[in-house]
Amino acid sequence: MDGRRGGAGHGMRRREWTMSAPSLGWLVVFFAIPTTYILVLSFRPANPLGGVGEGWSLESWRRVFQPEYYAIYARTAWISGAATAICLLLGTPVAYTMARAPARTRAWLLTLVVVPFWTNFLVRIFAWKVLLHPDGLIRHLFGALRLIGPEVSLLNRPEAVLLVLVYTYLPFAILPIYAAADSFDFGLLEAARDLGASRFSAIVRVFLPGIRRGLGVAALLVLIPALGSYLIPDLVGGTRSVMVGNKITQRAFTDRNWPEAAALASLLTVAVFVPLLAVLRRPGSEAGR
Amino acid sequence: MKAGWLPRVTTLLVLVFFYLPILILVLGSFNTSRTIGVRGDFTLQWYVRLVRDRNVMEALSTSLQIGAVVTLLSTVLGTVAALALHRFRTRMQRIHYGLVYAPVVVPDVLMGISLLLFFASVGFRLGRASIVLAHVTFCLSYVALVVLARLQEFDETLMEAAYDLGATRTQAVVRVLLPLLGPGILAGALLAFTISLDDFVITFFVAGPGATTLPISVYSMIRYGRPPVIYALSTVLIALTFVSVWMVQRATQRRTPA
Repeated sequence: MDGRRGGAGHGMRRREWTMSAPSLGWLVVFFAIPTTYILVLSFRPANPLGGVGEGWSLESWRRVFQPEYYAIYARTAWISGAATAICLLLGTPVAYTMARAPARTRAWLLTLVVVPFWTNFLVRIFAWKVLLHPDGLIRHLFGALRLIGPEVSLLNRPEAVLLVLVYTYLPFAILPIYAAADSFDFGLLEAARDLGASRFSAIVRVFLPGIRRGLGVAALLVLIPALGSYLIPDLVGGTRSVMVGNKITQRAFTDRNWPEAAALASLLTVAVFVPLLAVLRRPGSEAGR
Repeated sequence: MKAGWLPRVTTLLVLVFFYLPILILVLGSFNTSRTIGVRGDFTLQWYVRLVRDRNVMEALSTSLQIGAVVTLLSTVLGTVAALALHRFRTRMQRIHYGLVYAPVVVPDVLMGISLLLFFASVGFRLGRASIVLAHVTFCLSYVALVVLARLQEFDETLMEAAYDLGATRTQAVVRVLLPLLGPGILAGALLAFTISLDDFVITFFVAGPGATTLPISVYSMIRYGRPPVIYALSTVLIALTFVSVWMVQRATQRRTPA
């Protein structure tokens, strides 16, 4: 806000164009056009030899609404939803602790949360593949405690995907909740307690509404990438945990049926934008700008 | 009201949850046993094998070269984008902001598949060049957002003062704005480099058969065996993460002197 806004003359307008053109042009060519193009491709017929055929067709859209896909959509939805719920449930107390900690402890906690966030994605997944492996630590531990029988595998099941999703995206959830909790006035909690609220109801009725914007952003930051998961089910999920992202890859690379891959990708785009708009459009929300 | 015990215990457990897998990998990389959990002796042999692994070293060099070009391009594009977004509040900038923000939000699979099909349709050969184009597209967004955040703390009166003292616009930008913005741009550049080096999903889509980056090589190691060498490689990557987090924090925390 520098008082130079609006009332732009010709020179001003030209400067704005010169400064915006490079990034705007780049993003239009390599983001906006490819993303829109996917939708166009989904209405083309598949070429039996791989790739895209001539003319137009609704075949791909008919196919993605076949019952054989429903189990995959349902699985994608429940795994992503559960991952989001668990991340909020674990992230909120962590963010609360961070916001109430003394400055030095807080800086340490922040760093400790940020490091896994920056650790290579493949390395993090691989670490769990090692831990859950039949010869791995957790398997040995559970076996020794007789919690699970020798025939039970911890890998290659949807629960493994859920676990690794939570591991991967929990830092993404903690940071926005912490940012919201950091600007929350904790005096309000004292006030609620003085007025006779129990600790629990003070948290639920004062603290949680106070940080709801942070919770909304946190939910999006988990839900959106979770809906688009591809690598985690691919590496720890096995055949019983296939999600939409895996199907897109399979259609694109294995079957080379690009229109169907494009139709699936378009569906996923819709699935991602619905919660996004729901959170961003909520009255009183200032997310965005 | 004191913070209760439940949040603190949860925090502690979450930190254990975060670091246990990392710790296991690091320990495994120094252990003679091939399977973790089985006790063996201390060894550096996996690191020796890693360094002698030609595929890994070539992939690393590819990744570093791509990362360097991507960092340069996306830092310039992202910084200019941030300056435009900060300076002007027009409808064009609202669209601009939406486009800058979108690649950060959209799942990698979607960006990967749309770029793949786009490149294939226009007949662009997949390889290092397509990887660079894809990486710049999301890295420039991160740079722009980091620099924009830094710009919002910038005191505009400093620029006015420079003009009043007779500086031309170029002089004011080069001698006042850029030095103050420097740490933000540096943090953005580091971020771009890290993200480029780290990316697997989008790269996997647009790499084609020719170009193998480090994450692609790690992926095939995970899928097709050679565990202890991956432990060593993971440990190196984790160590690099610690260093870069420390550097980014130093770059961003040196705010205007109190």
